[in-house]
Amino acid sequence: MTAAIAPGTRVRVKDDWPEERGPCHIRTPHYVRGRTGTVERVLGAFPNPEDLAFGRPAPRCTLYHVRFDQQPLWNEGNPRDTVLIEIYEHWLEPVSEGRH
Amino acid sequence: MPDDTPATHAPATHDLGGSSHFRCTPIDPDDSPPDAFGRRVDAVRQLLAQKKMMTVDELRRGIESIPEEEYHALGYYERWLRSIAKLMIEKGVITAEELR
Repeated sequence: MTAAIAPGTRVRVKDDWPEERGPCHIRTPHYVRGRTGTVERVLGAFPNPEDLAFGRPAPRCTLYHVRFDQQPLWNEGNPRDTVLIEIYEHWLEPVSEGRH
Repeated sequence: MPDDTPATHAPATHDLGGSSHFRCTPIDPDDSPPDAFGRRVDAVRQLLAQKKMMTVDELRRGIESIPEEEYHALGYYERWLRSIAKLMIEKGVITAEELR
């Protein structure tokens, strides 16, 4: 497993929409694309389900628990509510300093 | 563009998290065992998995490719069966004609 993103790191989920380009299988919910959250935990490395779904060779990808504030995602909930989601590393990008 | 701008893309049919469409629908906690049809579909799925002819990731991808109107009309195991049939045709195990 390559160097993982450290817990506590702010990350942005790629604003990517593979489902608009053709057949695919992705595990990143639509409502976190382009959103910023915080890495909570490294869960391990697993064969990429995006490849497994098509019977292709599937390199292992690091999976993270990423926590988001709930209100901006769904426009509901209490201010301290959060959503915890499993996201693969190739969906995460660094948050530039001073943007948040 | 500011961070956390809501996305303007339409999510895939199965990507239901946060969907307002089902927000007023009571949850149906159906934990009854599968009926005879469901058990047969699951048996087929298990046999095909044992024979390395399909994976659960492929099953998911097949389910997710069901057109929206059919997706919501089909039952849980009916979606499985649709996906299994699609995968077996795709892999050349059976032909569409043989299924008629």
